[in-house]
Amino acid sequence: MMIFDRCIKLAGGKRFFKHFLAICCLLMPVALSAGENLEEESEFDAAAMIMHHIGDSYEYSILSFTNGRGEKIKVSLPLPVIIWHKGQLKVFMSSSFKGGDELVPIGDDYLRLYHEKVYLTDASGAINHDESQSVLNAQPINLSITKNVASMMLSCLIMLAIFIPAARRYSRKGALVAPKGAQSIVEPIVLFVRDDIIRAQIDKDKADRFTPFLLTIFLFILINNILGLIPFFPGGANASGNISFTLTLAAFTFILTNISGSKHYWKDVFVVPGTPLPIKLLLVPIEFIGLFTKPFALMLRLFANITAGHIIVLSLISIIFVMKTIFVAPVSVFLSIMIYCLEFLVSFLQAYIFTLLSSLFIGLAVNEHH
Amino acid sequence: MEQISFTALGLGLIIIGVSLGIGKIGQAAMEAMARQPEIASKIQTAMIIIAALIEGAGLFALVLAWLVN
Repeated sequence: MMIFDRCIKLAGGKRFFKHFLAICCLLMPVALSAGENLEEESEFDAAAMIMHHIGDSYEYSILSFTNGRGEKIKVSLPLPVIIWHKGQLKVFMSSSFKGGDELVPIGDDYLRLYHEKVYLTDASGAINHDESQSVLNAQPINLSITKNVASMMLSCLIMLAIFIPAARRYSRKGALVAPKGAQSIVEPIVLFVRDDIIRAQIDKDKADRFTPFLLTIFLFILINNILGLIPFFPGGANASGNISFTLTLAAFTFILTNISGSKHYWKDVFVVPGTPLPIKLLLVPIEFIGLFTKPFALMLRLFANITAGHIIVLSLISIIFVMKTIFVAPVSVFLSIMIYCLEFLVSFLQAYIFTLLSSLFIGLAVNEHH
Repeated sequence: MEQISFTALGLGLIIIGVSLGIGKIGQAAMEAMARQPEIASKIQTAMIIIAALIEGAGLFALVLAWLVN
């Protein structure tokens, strides 16, 4: 809990409050000008804006604005689209779609970008809907590097940039020299995760086998959470609030837990020793379902917490545009900065909880019975 | 319309239950920490684990309500 204490200590004090006010003042003009532009625009759809922001995308939008002549300017970084269709691999930049206006031919079919998804269409680019407005067109096998994937790759690079120098220094100088540079930040985090999370849940002699995995999961989630909180270009992707991201991490924990499960663990699931037969008939299905619900809850917890955080911040900013007045801007900017501080804590907390529960499940599976 | 309002009611009930549960854990943990500050960190870990389990149950219900809707 050392890290949380330090966060709280940092957050206290007069100097912090001064900085906080300064940030509020700096952000005010942004919010004000955003409010002024609004009168030219048509109806503002807060739900659509929020869904667009928390969803995935084929381009990294940097900024969009209306210039003096009333033209809409969109600056964005196109990302590669990789499609595998009928034994044919096609790689192109997402700018070929021209924001959904143009079709990209692949074999006999065409690809169309429609509501941030790529569909197969005919030459006319028709998108068919059924009664409930869901799209009937087929989707190709899509291996594209989307915004979330790009953000994950960036977090991998950040991790490599921090950890390789630190690891190199450890292998050169050993662990007994005073830490320096990247080591100074790596060492407390690694020791916290190893001693307070992993070794507290898993038996000492087995804990070190799982430390690399759990440490990677902790730092990967943490860095992705923090990147998601950065509101401008290199961050801002809702990677750790994406269900496929959390599904993958939870699946890793599920597989690792079950392949390293001891005899006792499986006996507890399928035999439930020490209970009479009627209870056994009741407990075995429950225990069996429990194998799957544990990683499922792990998946949903991270997804729901991070997505909810993004939605709250965006909703608070949307209040300005929904109320169509600049006078709510101070309130909504103040509240959204408060939520930002909370989300910063949550991004640590969720990484901590994911790692803690993963090591708890692994501990249940591998620990000796005392 | 009716179905939507029932979902909203269900979501409200889920949140009531989960917040009651987490609130009780928080209360008990605070009291225990005040009595025995020397094992505060252990209590905190246990508190977070139990809170996470309750939150998991709440999330299940939320997702089910969302899927049924």
